[in-house]
Amino acid sequence: MSALDVGAALPRRKIEILPALTPLIVALVAAPFVGSASTFLTLTAAGIAMGMMIFTMASGLTLVFGMMDVLNFGHGAFIALGAYVATLVLLPLAGWSASDSVALNLAAFALAILAAAVVCGALGWLFERLIVKPVYGQHLRQILATIGGAIIAEQLIYALWGPDQIPLALPAAFRGSFVFGDTAIEKYRVLATVVGLAVFAGETLILNRTKIGLLIRAGVENREMVEALGYRIDRLFVGVFMAGSALAGLGGAMMALYRGQAHATIGAEFLVLCFIVIIIGGLGSVGGSFVASILVALIANYAGFLAPKLALVSNIVAMVVVLLWRPRGLYPVTGR
Amino acid sequence: MSAGLALEGVHTHIGRYHILQGVDLDAPGGLTTMLLGRNGAGKTTTLRTIMGLWRASKGRIALGDRALHSLAASDVARLGVGYAPETMAVFSDLTVKENLILGARQGPMDDRRLAWIFGFFPALRKFWLSRAGSLSGGQKQMLSIARAIVEPRELLLIDEPTKGLAPAIVGALIDCLKEIKATGVTILLVEQNFRVAAEVGDEVRVMDNGRVVHRGSMRDLAADQRLQMRLLGLSLDSHQ
Ligand SMILES: Nc1ncnc2c1ncn2[C@@H]1O[C@H](COP(=O)(O)OP(=O)(O)OP(=O)(O)O)[C@@H](O)[C@H]1O
Ligand SMILES: [Mg+2]
Repeated sequence: MSALDVGAALPRRKIEILPALTPLIVALVAAPFVGSASTFLTLTAAGIAMGMMIFTMASGLTLVFGMMDVLNFGHGAFIALGAYVATLVLLPLAGWSASDSVALNLAAFALAILAAAVVCGALGWLFERLIVKPVYGQHLRQILATIGGAIIAEQLIYALWGPDQIPLALPAAFRGSFVFGDTAIEKYRVLATVVGLAVFAGETLILNRTKIGLLIRAGVENREMVEALGYRIDRLFVGVFMAGSALAGLGGAMMALYRGQAHATIGAEFLVLCFIVIIIGGLGSVGGSFVASILVALIANYAGFLAPKLALVSNIVAMVVVLLWRPRGLYPVTGR
Repeated sequence: MSAGLALEGVHTHIGRYHILQGVDLDAPGGLTTMLLGRNGAGKTTTLRTIMGLWRASKGRIALGDRALHSLAASDVARLGVGYAPETMAVFSDLTVKENLILGARQGPMDDRRLAWIFGFFPALRKFWLSRAGSLSGGQKQMLSIARAIVEPRELLLIDEPTKGLAPAIVGALIDCLKEIKATGVTILLVEQNFRVAAEVGDEVRVMDNGRVVHRGSMRDLAADQRLQMRLLGLSLDSHQ
């Protein structure tokens, strides 16, 4: 018997289940108030899709904060940049987008979001080296430096692409809705959900099944000990930062496609939401930010339908309620 | 045989505090050297400085013929230095197994070595797939030491392994330290429990106020209660 198998029959790690159920609970509570089943399903599907896109943007931020203790206000710039990179790819590929072939449609979409991720990941490297690295461990300076970096990035976007929004058309296959009885679910929402789930699955696999992932989780808890075991934490930092920026770009591109336009303000808008989500989820926890993204998006949707005036503050209210219940978020990470 | 460790005139500042004020310390290769001293004497700071977690502002640190004082912690570790800190610093969200996987930096864990470790830390086998955070204090200590020795090392730095442990477990820990010692690795061991020190140590260095104030063999110090009293403030009846 290999020593690695010993004790395999012992109880596995337990994961607290209640926090993960909060989106479900919110949905069950909202259902009777919404009334119509088809409206409820549409709202819920839309909320889940929105949650997946928010998660894609936020999961990178939570790792960057959890591991490097860096409050990266520059994250929004990568969200916006991702949106613009998507236009760079999709405009020349308009032929593929408009084509009848689902394969070409899918290729155009995949190329657009991959390009957004790659470009943002590469610029994330530059951002980390130039702006973040000099201010590790100094929170106030980090905030100033990353906000400064974000402003520069935003101005660069205006300089390159102009101040107006750029229209962005969805590939033909993803326009319109799937109709089930009297429930309509936009096709693109299904696609966004699939991509978000794939991102979550990928992150979960990497974090739990690879040594790099173990190092990231360990580093979130105790950077110093990771170094004392002989690992170069600075390289891990850059890698996580690049991945976080790439995910921001990916999420930004998906959101821009959803809205049908790219504009630089998307960055600031979703940065706030990302911060809310990672605080609700528990800083540094990818699983927590996954649950929190869905939770926040569902609450916003139900609130928008039931009490539109409340919709604007629903995120903040959700955050306050969760923090009153669990002061360190849904899934607190040990060591912070 | 493993290389010896030598510190010459090492100064360490933490913020604006001048903590180590010229530490001269040697830990001969292959032996276990006890580092004793009152609370706040600078023992932990010394280990952290060797490990590269604090930067020495002055002085030299060498392991065999390799200089450590200008290296980052990861490079110190790569020279074969294992560290079990005072805080234990196990990764609580990771399982026992995952903690040890990270301890084995150079590759997969060696099954034989693991079996050897399980021999004196059977609890680690029992809780192999449990979160390290759910272990008891003593089990965390075992995990912290196991992580430091899961690969063969040149030098082990162990900071107060018996802190907060029940007396029964202390006995088991002494046996385990003797086992590790028998592999021929150089050990620098900080310990408040004089009985443990006397049983495990070959050499002893005593610190006070950021300096080493006594250097000798453990046997001599154990036999000289007057000296213990002067160096450590041990009263005659407090040590068993
Ligand atoms: N991070 C720090 N900031 C400021 N002072 C510190 C810090 N760490 C240690 N010190 C100070 O340095 C001195 C030596 O501390 P150190 O932890 O090395 O002592 P020690 O010998 O290990 O004590 P103990 O037996 O209590 O563990 C103490 O006066 C302590 O207050
Ligand atoms: Mg100490």
